[in-house]
Amino acid sequence: MENPYMPYPVRIDDIEIATEDKSLKTFKFIFLNKEDEKNFSYQAGQFAELSIPGVGEIPIGIASSPVEKGFVKFTVFRAGVVTSHLHNMKKGDIMGIRGPLGNWYPWDKLENKNVVIIGGGFAFTTLRSSIIYMLDPANRGKFKNIDVVYGARSPGMLLYREELFEWEKRDDINMHITVDGTDDPNWGYHTGFVPQIVEQNAPKADEETYAIICGPPIMIKFTQPSLTALGYKEHQIIMSLENRMKCGIGMCGRCNIGKELVCKDGPVFTLEELNQTPKEY
Amino acid sequence: MRFITIDKKNWAKGIGKSRETYRLFGPVKDKNGCLIKPLENDTLPDMTYPDTVMSAKSVLFPQTEKMLFTSLDESQKDHHIMKRTATDYTPRAVVGIRPYDAKAMELVKLNFDTVDYRDPYWCDAYDATTFIGLGINTPGPFDFSTSAGSGPFGEDGLDVLLADLDDTYLAKVLTDKGDAFIDACGFYTTADETESQMLLDILRKQAEKNIVSHMDTTRLKEKTILELYEAPFWEDISFSCINCGTCTFVCPTCWCFDIQDETKQNISDRIRNWDTCMSPLFTMHSTGHNPRGTKTQRVRQRFMHKLKYFLDKYDQGIMCVGCGRCVKSCPVNIDIREVCNIMNSYEKQD
Repeated sequence: MENPYMPYPVRIDDIEIATEDKSLKTFKFIFLNKEDEKNFSYQAGQFAELSIPGVGEIPIGIASSPVEKGFVKFTVFRAGVVTSHLHNMKKGDIMGIRGPLGNWYPWDKLENKNVVIIGGGFAFTTLRSSIIYMLDPANRGKFKNIDVVYGARSPGMLLYREELFEWEKRDDINMHITVDGTDDPNWGYHTGFVPQIVEQNAPKADEETYAIICGPPIMIKFTQPSLTALGYKEHQIIMSLENRMKCGIGMCGRCNIGKELVCKDGPVFTLEELNQTPKEY
Repeated sequence: MRFITIDKKNWAKGIGKSRETYRLFGPVKDKNGCLIKPLENDTLPDMTYPDTVMSAKSVLFPQTEKMLFTSLDESQKDHHIMKRTATDYTPRAVVGIRPYDAKAMELVKLNFDTVDYRDPYWCDAYDATTFIGLGINTPGPFDFSTSAGSGPFGEDGLDVLLADLDDTYLAKVLTDKGDAFIDACGFYTTADETESQMLLDILRKQAEKNIVSHMDTTRLKEKTILELYEAPFWEDISFSCINCGTCTFVCPTCWCFDIQDETKQNISDRIRNWDTCMSPLFTMHSTGHNPRGTKTQRVRQRFMHKLKYFLDKYDQGIMCVGCGRCVKSCPVNIDIREVCNIMNSYEKQD
C-alpha cells in the first residue's frame, strides 16, 4: 500500500476570486505527474488535504466534479494559517494534494430518485461538484427531478455565479437562488433565508425524494424543521459535516463524533445516523 | 512454541550477542525514573523495576517523528515535492517490556493498520520490532491488568515471555520473531514444555492473586453510546480535572497525534507529535467553534473513547490494558477504575 500521508505534487494553474469580499478564492490545480490524476479518482462529496510544504495541510471539499477532467478545483475560505498562506500564493506555485478522502453522497442510492440540494454560504463546493455530476449528459437520466436551493448573504457572496445563472435557464434543474438581502433593484431571484425558501419551494417529500444539505450550522439547524414539515424522514436527509482534521485517514483521533470518524466514516451522514451519535460537530 | 532456560550468568553475554542483529530497547533507570529507552553501548535492561513511568509505545510511535521532507529552495530540483524521511527500520527488540504494554501494541495496531489505510511509520516499526516481555511476579498497587484483558503474565503482543526465577529466566518463545531473537542471543537450553507451562501457571496465579484492584466492564457493551454520553455523571467525574493531558501521554493505548510542518534553512519537515484530547486546541475549528470546548466534554471523550467507542467499533475489548499509569500519574486523582465502574453500573432513569 502507498504512503497515505504523501501528497501528490500539483501546480496552481489558475486562481479566481470567488466572492465580492475576496474572502474566498477558487484554485485550479494540475497534477505534475499525469498518472496521479488517475490515482486521484474521486466522487462528488469527497474532500482532500491541500498540502503546503512548510506551512501545513487543510481538509477542503473537492469543488470540481468527477466528470471534469484534467484538473481539480477547490474553493477556499481564508480563515487560518494555511488558508491565508494559500490565498497569497500565485499561479505556477508547486504544492500538494492528498486524497481523495472520506465518503461521498450516496449516488447509488440516489439513482431514480428526486434530489433536492440545499446549500448556504460557502458550503456549496461539493454541492457544485454534485450538480455538475448529475447534469452531465451521461448521468442526467439516472436522476428524476433536481431542485437546488442556494443562498448567500448578498448576490456578490454567491459562489459560482455564472454557473448558477446558466443552470437557472435550463429546464432539467429547478434553481431557487436566494440572498438574505440586497439593494439591487434588478435582483430577479429570491430574497430570504434558506429555511424559508426551502419551505416555500422545495418539493414535498415522498419515498422517492432525498435532500442533501450543506451549510453553516445555523442554517442546518433551521432547515431541518422545514424539511420535517415537508415530510422528509431522517434517512432522507443527507448531510456533510466538518470537523478539525489532521490525518484525514481515521488515525489521528480528533474528528470523531462518538465512534464515527468524520474524516473516514464521513463526512457524509444521514440525519438518521447522526441522531445515533453525540453532536460533537 | 518452546521453552528455554536462561542462566542469569549468561544473560549479559546473550544480550550482548543479540546486538549483532538487533537494536535494543529496554527499561533504564535515571533521574526521571525508569523509562523504556535505547540501550546504548553495553547497557543492560533493568529487569528489576516494577514499572516504567512512560509506556513502551514510543518505540513504535515516538513522541515526535519526522514523516516527510522537502526543500523550499526554488532553485533546487523537486522543490516543494515531499519525500518520505529515512528512518532506521533494521530489526529492533524491546527487552523487558511488561505484558500489558505489549497487549497495548495489539490494540493500537487496530488504529494504524486498517483495511483502508496502513500507517507506514507505525507499521514498519512494528514489523521491525520483537517484543521480549517480562512477567510481573509482584504487581504494584495500581495494576488492574486482569480486569482489562491483560495480566501480569499475559502473552498477547509478545514474541517471548520471560519469567524471573531468581537465578534463571524461563523463556516461553511464542512466535517466529521470538525464535529468531533467542537464537541471536545464543540461548539454547531447552526446558520441558509441560513442566515449564505448569511452573508458569503457578507464577501467573500467584501474581494475579496480588492484584487487588479491579474494574467491571461486563455491562458496557449492552448500553448505547448516547445513553452513556448523556449520563448525568460527567460533570462530577471531570470536576477536578485540570486538562494537563498526563493521562494521555503515559497511556500505552493513547495514539492521537498532531501533524506540523517545521522549516530550518529551507528544508521543511512534516512532523507528527503526540497530541492529547485533553487540549481544547485538539478539536478547535479555525472559526473558533469548538465541538469539545469544555473540560467536561474532553474528559468524557477520553473515557468514552477508551471504554465505549473502541469497544463498539472493534469488538476487541476496551482500549485500556490496566497498567494503572494514568491513575498513578493523575495530579487530581481521577481514577479510570472508578469511572469505568460508574459507567458499567449506570442505569438510565426514564
